[in-house]
This record gives sequence, C-alpha cells and structure tokens, in this order.
Amino acid sequence: MILACLIILLIGSGLLAWLAGRWNSTLPRLISLAAILIQFVAVLYIWIESKPNTAGKEWITSYSHTWIPAFGIQIKLAMDGLSLLMSLLTSFLGVLAVIVSWKEIKKRVGFFHFNLMFVLAGITGVFLSLDLFLFYFSWELMLIPMYFLISVWGYENRTYAANKFFLFTQASGLLMFLSILGLYFIHGRNTGVYTFDYEQLLNTSMGPQIAFILMLGFAIAFFVKLSTVPFHSWLPDAHTQAPTAGSVILAGLLLKTGAYGLIRFVLPFFPQASHQFAPVAMTLGVISILYGAKLAFAQTDLKRLIAYISVSHMGFILLGIYALNEMAMQGVVMQIIAHGISIGALFIIAGALHDRINTREVEQMGGLWSKVPRMGAMALIFVMASLGLPGLGNFVAEILILIGSFLTNKTLTIIATLGLVAATIYSLRLLQKVFYGKENKHWEIPDLSIREMIVMLSLTAVIIWLGLFPTTVLYESKSSVKKIIEEANNNYNNEGKESIQIKKAKNVPMPSTALIEGKQNLIIKHLNAN
Amino acid sequence: MSELDITSLLPMLILAVGIMFTMLLVAVKRNHILTFFCTLIVLLASFISILFIKVEAPHAIGELFLIDRFGLYFQALILLATLAITIFSYISILNFFPEKRKEEYYLLLMLATLGSATMVISTHFISFFVSLEVLNVSLYTLISYYRERTTAIEAGLKYLILAAMSSAFLLFGMALIYAITGTMSFHPLASIITTLNTTDTIMMLIGIGLMIVGIGFKLGLVPFHMWTPDVYEGASSPISSFIATVSKGAMVAVLLRFFIMANLYRFEKIIMVFTGIAILSMLIGNLLALLQNNIKRIFAYSSIAHFGYVLVALISGKELGPPAAIFYITAYTITILGAFGLITIISKSDDETTDINSYQGLFWRHPVLAAIFTVVLLSLAGIPLTAGFMGKYFLLTAGVGQGKWLLAITLVISSVIGLYYYLRLINMMMKQNDDATSNSNLSKILSISGGLVLAILGFLVIWLGVSPNWLIDLVNRLLTSLTS
Repeated sequence: MILACLIILLIGSGLLAWLAGRWNSTLPRLISLAAILIQFVAVLYIWIESKPNTAGKEWITSYSHTWIPAFGIQIKLAMDGLSLLMSLLTSFLGVLAVIVSWKEIKKRVGFFHFNLMFVLAGITGVFLSLDLFLFYFSWELMLIPMYFLISVWGYENRTYAANKFFLFTQASGLLMFLSILGLYFIHGRNTGVYTFDYEQLLNTSMGPQIAFILMLGFAIAFFVKLSTVPFHSWLPDAHTQAPTAGSVILAGLLLKTGAYGLIRFVLPFFPQASHQFAPVAMTLGVISILYGAKLAFAQTDLKRLIAYISVSHMGFILLGIYALNEMAMQGVVMQIIAHGISIGALFIIAGALHDRINTREVEQMGGLWSKVPRMGAMALIFVMASLGLPGLGNFVAEILILIGSFLTNKTLTIIATLGLVAATIYSLRLLQKVFYGKENKHWEIPDLSIREMIVMLSLTAVIIWLGLFPTTVLYESKSSVKKIIEEANNNYNNEGKESIQIKKAKNVPMPSTALIEGKQNLIIKHLNAN
Repeated sequence: MSELDITSLLPMLILAVGIMFTMLLVAVKRNHILTFFCTLIVLLASFISILFIKVEAPHAIGELFLIDRFGLYFQALILLATLAITIFSYISILNFFPEKRKEEYYLLLMLATLGSATMVISTHFISFFVSLEVLNVSLYTLISYYRERTTAIEAGLKYLILAAMSSAFLLFGMALIYAITGTMSFHPLASIITTLNTTDTIMMLIGIGLMIVGIGFKLGLVPFHMWTPDVYEGASSPISSFIATVSKGAMVAVLLRFFIMANLYRFEKIIMVFTGIAILSMLIGNLLALLQNNIKRIFAYSSIAHFGYVLVALISGKELGPPAAIFYITAYTITILGAFGLITIISKSDDETTDINSYQGLFWRHPVLAAIFTVVLLSLAGIPLTAGFMGKYFLLTAGVGQGKWLLAITLVISSVIGLYYYLRLINMMMKQNDDATSNSNLSKILSISGGLVLAILGFLVIWLGVSPNWLIDLVNRLLTSLTS
C-alpha cells in the first residue's frame, strides 16, 4: 500500500501545485518540496525497517490491485533491494531538482512543478512496477511531462530537442510494447492464462528465434533510453536544451530506467537470447565509452560536454550488465547511483553558471576560480568523481564493472579501460577551460548562494559516502542482483548451450565483503597519504 | 407489425416523429432557441428509449433489421454524439451564420442521425442502402449549409458527386452479389458462399470488391480519401465532427455486421485487399497530415489514418477484432468531438480559427481549454492516461493476437509519424505569444455550456484511459448476438 501511496502522493501534489500556481508562485514549490521530501523519508524508512529480513523475503514490500481484469492487467508494485535504491535516488534527486529550480524557473511555476512531479511519478512507477502493462504505462507517463519541461522552459533550440527526444523514446517504446504483447500471447497460448504479471511471465518457454526478436524489442527501447551509440543522438540535444532540473532528472534518472529495464526484464525474461546478444551489447558499450569520451573532449558547449560524459558512463553500465556476472552487476548498480549524483552535480553547476553569465560556451569562460572559488571547488570534486578518482563513488563502480567484465571478455574490457584515460583528459580539459587558465572575458558574478551550497554539499556528502562505504549500497542490492544473475545463468544452463566464456564467468566468486572492505582500506590509506 | 417490433424500433420512431414535429414547429414559429431545445429533447428521448429496450434476445424485423446489443450500442453512441454536436452547432451557427435561416439545420442534422442510426441495425442490402442515402442526402446540404462561403459550396458539391458515384459502385456490387446468390440479406450469404463454384466465387469477389469501393469512400480510406480534407475544411466544425464520428462510425458498424454475419473472413483475397487498404491509409494519412497548416485538414488526414487503425481490428478476426474496433470507435468519437468542439468554441465570429498559427500561446490565454485540447491531442496520438492509448492497446492486442505482425508494426510506425504533427500543435499552444488578446467574443453562458460539454468529453477521455473496465465489459458483451 505504501508503494501505491508514493505514486499517488506525487501525482496528487503535482495537480495541487498546478492549481496553487494560479495564485502564488511560491506555493507550488513548497507543495512539491514537501511531497518529494515525504517520499524521501518514506523510502528511507522502508530501507531502515527492511534491513533485518532481506535474506528471507523476495520483496521488501509489495502491493497489488486489479485494474483491467479482462486482459489480466493489474496494478502490481513491489520493492526489492534494487528498486529500493532506485527509488531512493529518485526522491533524492527529486528534492534537489525542486531546490535548484527555486530561482531559475520564474514563469509558469505551477505548471512546471506539475510536470516535475509527474515525471517523478512516472519514474517511480517504472522502478516499482511488476506488471508489464503498468510498466509500459509508467514508461510512457514519463515522456509527456519531460517533453513539456524541455519544450517550455528549455533554452534557444528547445522545440527541436524536445521533439527529437520524444520521437526517439516513443518509437522505441512502441517496439517494446509489441514485444510485451508478443510475450503476453506466447505465455497465454502456452498456459491458457493471459496475464501481464512479471512473476508469471518469467520462465515463459519459446523458440530461440522468437525469444531473440522479442528480446531485441525490449533491448532497443532500453538502449535508446540508455543513449547507447548509435541510439544516442537525442541525448546531447535534450540535455543541452533542458532547464537545470530537467537535465538533472534526465541524466540522473531517465537514463537509468533503461539500465533498470535491462536488469529487471531483459535478462530474466530472455536468458538465452541475452547470452547470444551479450558480445554485441558489450561491443556497443565499449564503443559508447570511447565515442562519448572522444566527443566530450571536442565540445565547446558546457552542457553538451557533460551530456557526452553521460554517454561514456552509460557505456560502462551496458558493458557491466552484459558481462552477466554478479560483480559487474553490482558495479552497475553502483554506477547508476554514482553517475546520477556526479553528473547531476555537474549539470547543476553548469546551470548555475549559465544563470550568472548567460552562456554555455566554454570559450567565453576561463579563470573563473578566482571569481567563484566555492563553485570551482565543487566542480573540482565532481569532475574528479566523473573521471573515477579513488575515494569517490564512481571509482568503486567502474572498478567493479571492469573486473567483472574482464572475466567475461578480456579484449573488450582492455579497450574499455582506455575510456578511463580518456575520461581524465576530458575532465581535466573541462576544469582547465572553465575555472583555470586565462580569463577570456571579464565576469563579475556572485558565488554559490546558501541554497546552492546546501545542494552541492549534500551531493558531495553522498558521493564521498559512496566512495568510502560502498558496502552500504552493495549489501542492499546484493540479494536482488544475485537472484537476477542466477535466473539469467541457470535458465541458460538448462538450455544446455553453455559457452566456454560464460562457464568461466559463472564460477566467479561474489565480490565478497572482504574484497570490498579490503579495497576500502586501500582507499582510506590512499586518502591519508594525500 | 407486432407490438415487439414497435417497441424495439421505438428510438427510431421517436426520432422520426420528432423530426416531423420539429418541422411543423418551424412552420408555425421560427425561433432558433426553440428549435434547438426541441432537437435536444427529441435526441434525449430517443436515447432514453434505447435504455428501456430488452436486450437479452435479439429481435429481427423481417430480414431488414436486427435489433441487438450491437446495434443498440451504436445507436446510443450516435445519439449521444449528435447531442454534443447539436450543442456545438448552436454555438457555431450563432457565431458564423447570424441573421439567416437557422432552423432547417437541426432538421437535417436529425435526419442524418436517423439515417446513421437505422444503418447500424440493418441486416439487408436494401435497408442498408436506404438509410445510407438518407444520411448522404442530409449531409450534402449540411456540408454546404453556410452557403455564402465558397469553400462550403465546393465541399458540398465535391461530396455530392463523389458520394453519388460511390453509391453507384455500392449498388452495382450489391446487384452482382444478388445475381449470384439470390439473396440480399447478410445472414443467408454465409451459408450460400460456401457452396459457390469457382466462377461464381470470382463474381462474388468482384461484387464485394465493388462494395469495398463504396464503403471505402464513406470511411475515407486510401485510395478513396481525396474528398476528406476538402470536405472537412469546407464544412463547419460540428458537421466535420459529425462526418468523422457518426457517419463513419455507423459505416464501420455495418461493415462489421456484414463481415461477421456473411462470414467474409473466409475470402483471403478480401482480407488481403483490406490489409493493403489499411496499411496505405495508416501511412499516407499520417504522412500527408505532416504537411498541413490547417487544423481541420490535419484532423481530416488523421481520421484517414485512424480508420486505417480500425481496419486492423476488423482484419484481425471474429473474436478479438470487433470488440477492439468498437472500443476504438468509441474512444475516437469522444476524442474527435472534443477536438472539433474546441475549434468551434475558440473561433472568432467571422471565420473559424483553422490556421495552426492562431493557436500560438493558447495555453497561456485559455489554460483550461488548452489543457483539454492537449489531452485530446494526446489521446489521438495514443499516449497513456487517455482513451486513445487504451484503444490503440486494444487494436495492437487484436493484431498481435492473430499474428498480423505486418499490420501491427505499420500501426506502430505510423503512430510515431502521427505523433509529430500532434506534438507540433501542442508546441504551438505552448509557445509564448504576449501580444495576442483573447479572440473569443462569445457570450459567457454559451462558452460555459460549450466548455461544459468539452470538460465532460475531456473527463471521459481520461476516465477511459485510466479505468476502461466498464467499457471493455460492455463491448465484449455486444457480440454474442452477432456470431450466433
């Protein structure tokens, strides 16, 4: 019940905010902030309560209610460790999104918060749905308000960007819907029960070819969301043109729904097809890492640059998912969260800078450190995070992904490692061009305000926490990740077509707590040495 | 005629008597408001009488009519749609046709409704054709009713000529089928066509082919779609919506009845022809809509595509297809009534607001109207939380369930194309436009009553999108009498 309430809370507060916006422009902000804070606290509460009995129960909490019985559609929500972490990220970034738009959004405040709350409701729905119809419903529900966020409050080229975003995601979403229907009918024919229920649809038996085609339908939709090369071209436009809150949500959450979809649906539903597809997907992942890094290096538009960093980081996620072992998958979960935090922070800095100097051109900046030292310091932290500096969250994520995928595919992993070098180059260039170097233009601008500092400091705290105590997160996601990997690999083994590569990967021990703690000690030592 | 015959035809009788009464009323006293209310009362009475008909056992009147759940459902839909159209018509006439003879409009509207409503219970070529002509003849006049406008005259003439021609095709097809089978009734055809030899089957196919031309014209399907944009543009918005919903919806009902009762699913060639028509309609309708700058032409082309979608359901067999088609027609009716009603309400007094540039900034001038319009457009595009999404889901289920992957994928591709122009309209409304003043000069009461109808339609669109259970149950129960 609490899960349904989370979504209803967001939708309700969105409507309320729109209404309130007709009279007053502060009221919608307060309503949204209150709603999203309540969600944050509620999810935190679930987390703390759940700790003792994670091992025994499959779902921490779940809720189901009939919706359209004629088609076997129900409102089925459930939360396990993975979706708990995702919801936590959603509400955390949601709070920040409301706060950062406090001063930035001046017109149509009510409608803005209506859209913001609806996007968050859709995203929460995606992370919690256990009914494929409801999942698709939420998937689509995210789009419209996001479209409005970009097209109404965006920058100069917003209409083009919004349309591109919408058409890309909608087209791929409909492909996924066809696959969902295919699955629905195959399961119905086999068992006589027509249902969209996730748990019943698992273990649907079908021919390998059909499975592969259906898998592609899902995978393309998720690849588009994940902005994997060659489906990435909507992302730089959408990120660049969206208002700050929009960029934060796009990069921090919307992209992650793609990763979540791959983990939650594609791997368990189509284990065999996923194994067949893994080399292709991993190659695409590596291409994204390098291509994104290369383009990030070449950009002169600050937000566009950060967008390409996202493309590169999403490549790591894809690589990790299709490594199909637990260690890499844990790294993916970590990367999802760490990337959400670090890229979100970079977008907030870019937005704050744009507010002050009205340009995103890197060439116009330079030497800003002396003007805005606080902003510079914050930027330094998050640039370091995104290049994978030990001690910050991204490092843990990337190292786990690379170790995990090394066990599955050595060549690709070695190439992917080059991405880390490239990351250092583009990150340092970013910092050099914007905050160091010579002053290209003389700006007189105020430094970060208290409101902005609160946002940045909370992000900093989280990213350092993630770097120093990754076990808190990894422990939470462990059981669900383990279960998904087991489903993917066991079902595959039952088919009796095990490849040598996977055999090796399967025997990989878990990233045991010992290993992680060992690394932690290493990191702490490293920090002390500095 | 037995008592049962009369009671089951009561809605039609009320409508027919009401038309005559209104005609006399106009002869006695010309008064716009009086005629308007009289029309509303007749339509309402007819609708209410439908609710009292016992629907458990279908009742056949000779070979001509079959009063069953299916027919009654469509009659109710037609009457309710006409009710909304009447209200919008009143606003439209006051706005664009003041100080002229206005009362005959309502007579013609009711006549056209009578034609459509009898069409949906027809089970015989003759009753089908007669009711079709009642509908057509009234429509010729209604389309060119604002006779001082050249576009209206042009549209009326175009419709007259093409509809007459398509009727000829239809008649010729019926004659061929009659020549071979010796029956004009739908139901006996099913058993006769199984016994035909090869030559007769070919003749039969030609006959059905000719009928498809006639039916395709009425539904505005590619390649018989040329008239649609011109007529939609020339006619007033309420009449355009009448064509889009009542006239086309009734035709789909007859088509479904004909297909199922005569069991035309056994002819693979016919299904192939319809598959081709459906694919062409979906793609061409949506592609051409991209190029338009006139909002009524956009809706015209989009209606071509939408009836292509409905064909997908029709092709997808007896079990899954018809409920999907009926659901979709219902959702489309509600949605498109909202769209055209909105055009009527926000139009200026001298001309209808049809250029999409005049919608710029509507969101900030009339937030409520624009919000309803956005919901309507999203429903046409098939986005969740709206009736259109559930309808499209229903269609895709039917298509995929029958393994019609080509149709399902075309539907998906064309709806993505379609999204583009719906988004364009939504974007236009969102754009900033500070200098524009409110361009509606309707009296307050009128805009409120029109707005109320719009609000109801908008609410229905969302309600069906969130909780479509009741309609799905209703629709699924309609078909028991057809298949038996």
